[in-house]
Amino acid sequence: MESSITIRDLELSFGAVEVLKNLNLDIGQGEFLVLLGSSGCGKSTLLNCIAGLLDVTDGQIFIQGRNVTWEEPSDRGIGMVFQSYALYPQMTVEGNLSFGLKNAGFSKSEIAERIDRAAKVLQIEPLLKRKPGALSGGQRQRVAIGRALVRDVDVFLFDEPLSNLDAKLRTDLRAEIKELHKRLRNTMIYVTHDQIEAMTLADRIAIMRDGKILQLASPKEIYNRPASKYVAEFIGSPSMNFFDGKIGENGQSFACDAGTFSLNGYQFGEGGAQDGTAWLGIRPEHIAVGTEAKTMPIQLEASVQHVEPLGSDTLVRVLIGDRRLWVRIDGQSEVADGDALNIGFDPAMANIFDKTSETRL
Amino acid sequence: MVDDRTIPAASQTVNDFDGGPRGPKPQRAFSRKNVFLYGTLLMVTIYYAIPLYVMIVTSLKGLPEIRLGNIFAPPVEITFEPWVKAWAEACTGLNCNGLSGYFWNSVKITIPSVILSIIIASVNGYALANWRFKGANLFFAILIFGAFIPYQVMLYPIVIMLRELGLYGDLSGLVIVHTIFGMPILTLLFRNYFASLPEELFKAARVDGAGFWGIYFRVLLPMSLPIFTVAVILQVTGIWNDFLFGVVYTGPESYPMTVALNNIVNTTQGVTEYNVNMAATIITALVPLTIYFVSGKLFVRGIAAGAVKG
Repeated sequence: MESSITIRDLELSFGAVEVLKNLNLDIGQGEFLVLLGSSGCGKSTLLNCIAGLLDVTDGQIFIQGRNVTWEEPSDRGIGMVFQSYALYPQMTVEGNLSFGLKNAGFSKSEIAERIDRAAKVLQIEPLLKRKPGALSGGQRQRVAIGRALVRDVDVFLFDEPLSNLDAKLRTDLRAEIKELHKRLRNTMIYVTHDQIEAMTLADRIAIMRDGKILQLASPKEIYNRPASKYVAEFIGSPSMNFFDGKIGENGQSFACDAGTFSLNGYQFGEGGAQDGTAWLGIRPEHIAVGTEAKTMPIQLEASVQHVEPLGSDTLVRVLIGDRRLWVRIDGQSEVADGDALNIGFDPAMANIFDKTSETRL
Repeated sequence: MVDDRTIPAASQTVNDFDGGPRGPKPQRAFSRKNVFLYGTLLMVTIYYAIPLYVMIVTSLKGLPEIRLGNIFAPPVEITFEPWVKAWAEACTGLNCNGLSGYFWNSVKITIPSVILSIIIASVNGYALANWRFKGANLFFAILIFGAFIPYQVMLYPIVIMLRELGLYGDLSGLVIVHTIFGMPILTLLFRNYFASLPEELFKAARVDGAGFWGIYFRVLLPMSLPIFTVAVILQVTGIWNDFLFGVVYTGPESYPMTVALNNIVNTTQGVTEYNVNMAATIITALVPLTIYFVSGKLFVRGIAAGAVKG
């Protein structure tokens, strides 16, 4: 796959604070990449660097094979959509869409044609004469996307575009963005702290922390084989359960205070099996209960501490000794506080992380 | 397992639908709170209104009536003579042409000073808030520090500077002085206002290819009417009311109105014409007063907009 954006050894510091550290990234042509991380991890900063809104301290940025490190934002072939929409309040929707084109010196007929095309795609034709103040949140964000669309850019940058919208609208617009990407096949970079947005939209997710990319992989890969304990905890809600213990017998077993588990079926990473202290992690949805638990290689007895019915499924917090685990079970099952519960899981679905480096084994 | 707790239905606990309070809570017109609130407001209003009342009343009386001594009494015989005299005939030192000429001096000083200082300060504030150039913080710190230096310290050095420039005693010299001295507070005002506008708007404009002036004129300026109103009011009243710079940096021919007013009031030839003095004072204060009345609403909005982020 030919790369659309290439970032080489990117560094950015504000005074003594290093925000981005020696960052390398290749984004393929037409790829939908999501930058995911908690606030302060540098994901928006990285996006601003790609857009040219921040000067980099070191490193290079290439867009469509062109070194744009010193280029102005408007010359980089990018369009950007912001969290607060950032529409020009005194201009009509039409004025907002045409502002960039006028600056670029397009002819009136060309501008009209492009606005017409973008308005059709985004279904905002009836709104063209209105001002942003008279639009709903969803409509405003659509106009903001339109502003990038009319400029016929190679790359779309989204900076948490859905965070200001209510839950229902967010789901709708998320699907629309995905739809738009399918239709346009532009490269898109999307910054969010919402893991559901990341999982649903991305071709690949880059999980960031402290100005570094911890893992860059498909949503499935990140969910199933997180590269580190941090990534494992970050993706999934409620987050992964961990047992604190020791790997023994050349990676054959894992001993912890809940018992000794056989690791038969667990796939170790490239480093292979290593004995030593480790975390064993298992997701709430990979723990079986009741009769199904009896078929699992690893079986435990637990008591129910707390039940959270969500409708579609039910979250149960169980205790094994004084260790708490979250278990996700079917929404129709009847479980009450204090019940005894058999639980079980398959080590093939688990992830083991080295205690000191916290990387996956 | 079935939950054995039962939740009572609403109708079981609340049966009493009639008789009890319903709808908005009634308000008493003469509650203690209201008496205190409006009493205080009334007193403050009277406190501020009485001097104005005395001035207007006195300016409409003839001298014999004033000599009766009751300053609060309304005029028995209304006369506009003192107003005409203050405008056209009152003596300021040697010449006796009233305030009229000096009024136009003040206009010629105020208008260019206000326009010039606001143009420069708004661009200053915009550059400081949005472009964060190297040394911006130092520049801003120095500018703000300038606001704390007492004017008296700078009076004489500026006299020398204006003399060297050949502008001493000239209206344009005073315009320059007013523009410079307006800079710290106006820049602060504009900087804070532009900083309170969403940063993403500025970023969006940059992605759209607008440059320094493009963003200023086409994105930010149309959103900034309230803060420009505040700046105009501050500057018009400040410069119009200025006495110190006016008396130091201009000559007798180019004195602003405030200096002329002082001369009228302080000129003692025979009797003190209180009615003329009062009329002259009101005429001088008329411009700032009008500005306040016309733009009061915008002024409040602008102050609020500058203070609160949103």
